[in-house]
Amino acid sequence: MDKFTTLTGIAAPMPLVNIDTDMIIPKQFLKTIQRSGLGKNLFDEMRYTQDGQEIPDFVLNQPAYRSAEIIIAGDNFGCGSSREHAPWALLDFGIRCVISTSFADIFYNNCFKNGILPIVMPQEVVDVLMADARKGANARMTVDLAAQTVTTSDGQSFGFEVDSHRKHCLMNGLDDIGLTLEKAAAIDSFEAKAATLRPWA
Amino acid sequence: MTAPRTLYDKIWDDHVVHQAEDGTCLLYIDRHLVHEVTSPQAFEGLRMTGRKVRAPEKTIAVPDHNVPTTLDRANAATMTEDSRVQVAALDKNARDFGINYYPVSDVRQGIVHIVGPEQGWTLPGMTVVCGDSHTATHGAFGSLAHGIGTSEVEHVLATQTLIQRKGKNMKVEITGSLRPGVTAKDITLSVIGATGTAGGTGYVIEYCGQAIRELSMEGRMTVCNMAIEGGARAGLIAPDEKTFAYCMGRPHAPKGAKWEAAVAYWKTLFSDEGAHWDKVVTLRGEDIAPVVTWGTSPEDVLPITGTVPAPTDFTGGKVDAAARSLDYMGLTPGMKLTDIAIDTVFIGSCTNGRIEDLRAAAEILKGRKIKVKRAMVVPGSGLVRAQAEEEGLAQIFIDAGFEWRLAGCSMCLAMNPDQLQPGERCAATSNRNFEGRQGRGGRTHLMSPAMAAAAAITGHLTDVRELMTETA
Ligand code: SF4
Repeated sequence: MDKFTTLTGIAAPMPLVNIDTDMIIPKQFLKTIQRSGLGKNLFDEMRYTQDGQEIPDFVLNQPAYRSAEIIIAGDNFGCGSSREHAPWALLDFGIRCVISTSFADIFYNNCFKNGILPIVMPQEVVDVLMADARKGANARMTVDLAAQTVTTSDGQSFGFEVDSHRKHCLMNGLDDIGLTLEKAAAIDSFEAKAATLRPWA
Repeated sequence: MTAPRTLYDKIWDDHVVHQAEDGTCLLYIDRHLVHEVTSPQAFEGLRMTGRKVRAPEKTIAVPDHNVPTTLDRANAATMTEDSRVQVAALDKNARDFGINYYPVSDVRQGIVHIVGPEQGWTLPGMTVVCGDSHTATHGAFGSLAHGIGTSEVEHVLATQTLIQRKGKNMKVEITGSLRPGVTAKDITLSVIGATGTAGGTGYVIEYCGQAIRELSMEGRMTVCNMAIEGGARAGLIAPDEKTFAYCMGRPHAPKGAKWEAAVAYWKTLFSDEGAHWDKVVTLRGEDIAPVVTWGTSPEDVLPITGTVPAPTDFTGGKVDAAARSLDYMGLTPGMKLTDIAIDTVFIGSCTNGRIEDLRAAAEILKGRKIKVKRAMVVPGSGLVRAQAEEEGLAQIFIDAGFEWRLAGCSMCLAMNPDQLQPGERCAATSNRNFEGRQGRGGRTHLMSPAMAAAAAITGHLTDVRELMTETA
């Protein structure tokens, strides 16, 4: 997993609420057995017509936002299925950070496992960031994970919360499985104890 | 004396392997269900790092999302190349890593959330995970069941644990009894209508109250299944005699002395008097009507007696979202829901693909013919299908004009060839009405199996209670 420390980039405004994982990556692209290559189909049905032409109005098709690295989104981003293809597609497109008032749980979790930072901000702040994102490609936002701040193109800075364990893993690009396997002895003893307490399980 | 705990607290406490200073826990996982779509990258990860599956005996795999449900599916030509590759990958991974497996050719194959309980893998008090958000279904047994992403699938395969922070406790109580024609699906949709799709975010929901107790295990699974649609991490229901009766004698349920010990433990699984709830929602069972969804979010729920809302009925970001939904759904504000004409009916999915669901639909369809262009029943498992044939339900469906399919997810997410065409309108018993969910441009209205059957008969959304009085 790539480390996430600071990021300065273009933010795309997506004010729609309840952007679900079926919108982020429709199911016909879930048949892959790899993690990479999904970026071209990110938001596929919003981004392309049925015969594969780009829809010019869609934000990521607009010249200013084609290389966006941040998305400012409406409430409840990433609701719906558990498909990790959603963060894979975002990452493959180049998105490293999503900011919203709220995220669906599983999606939120999945982001951290893939080097994407999801940031929850109150509505007032999302409104400011949305307005900043609407300025287009010349407006670059900065996300500083160590300092836990987001700074707009005109220098307004806002703090955000992030779980310390997740922050540590993201900043260092750490693989959870490796960390958990260090606790193998604790898992062994839990299993031994559970085998007597709940032998049917 | 320990402080009073909720059911969620109790199951959580019994599964904590390790707790870090910041509260992050390593939670032991008793059952890991696996399907073909969200697992290939996880197994690949294990191979690349030379890791093994830590507890293959607690890991159960079944292909369901991609598989064709037509009767000729044994013929490889019924699948697209990429679907075939994905199912073949699961076959190989199950074999290579030695996990329990129900291949497409096995009569026990079906939707992972139907197979787990049916085979007795899912039992009260367990932690259950699956790379699928509807894992909440298993909560009907009083087990803590989470949907997880593929990285977490790999984590559970390798370590049999999940890194989690504890969620908050939410109680959803349904008091009193349901009125005739009202089902578990109407409960779960009405709850989402009341709380919104993010109302449960960060919570684990416990459903309780008389109306929940009165539900069968099938109905309870329907309720818990859609907890995720309300944003909750999991939904659960305290086990009782109905739960024990359902589990008894299942292939992987304990037997003899182990069974006795298990039941004694299961009887301790309830929320204590005085336990703390972070949020409480109460609905009166008598107030719940048969409902349908009108929009493209499961929170867009209305009683069938209602009319299509206008964007101006909403506030905030929902105004634009509702306008977009109405446009996508091709509906005009003020229109009666019962005037909405239906092209297609889909009965199935992990929400409503169990035997009781098929019985409820067949009851309405008996001796009648469909008026829609096409209608299909996709049983949730091969065993549900077999039982429905034995009970004569299959013939009722066929006589009414339904296609009688093999088990799988089918048109719930339309990854296999069962898809809606653009503009095609479907009455569906599944759980998601998102844009494009059942096929690009397809329009989905969610409802109970009885309501879907009623729509099939009349060709438009229909209050099933009218058809019930006709037969009574
Ligand atoms: S039936 Fe639908 S919701 Fe259930 S597991 Fe299959 S695709 Fe998911």
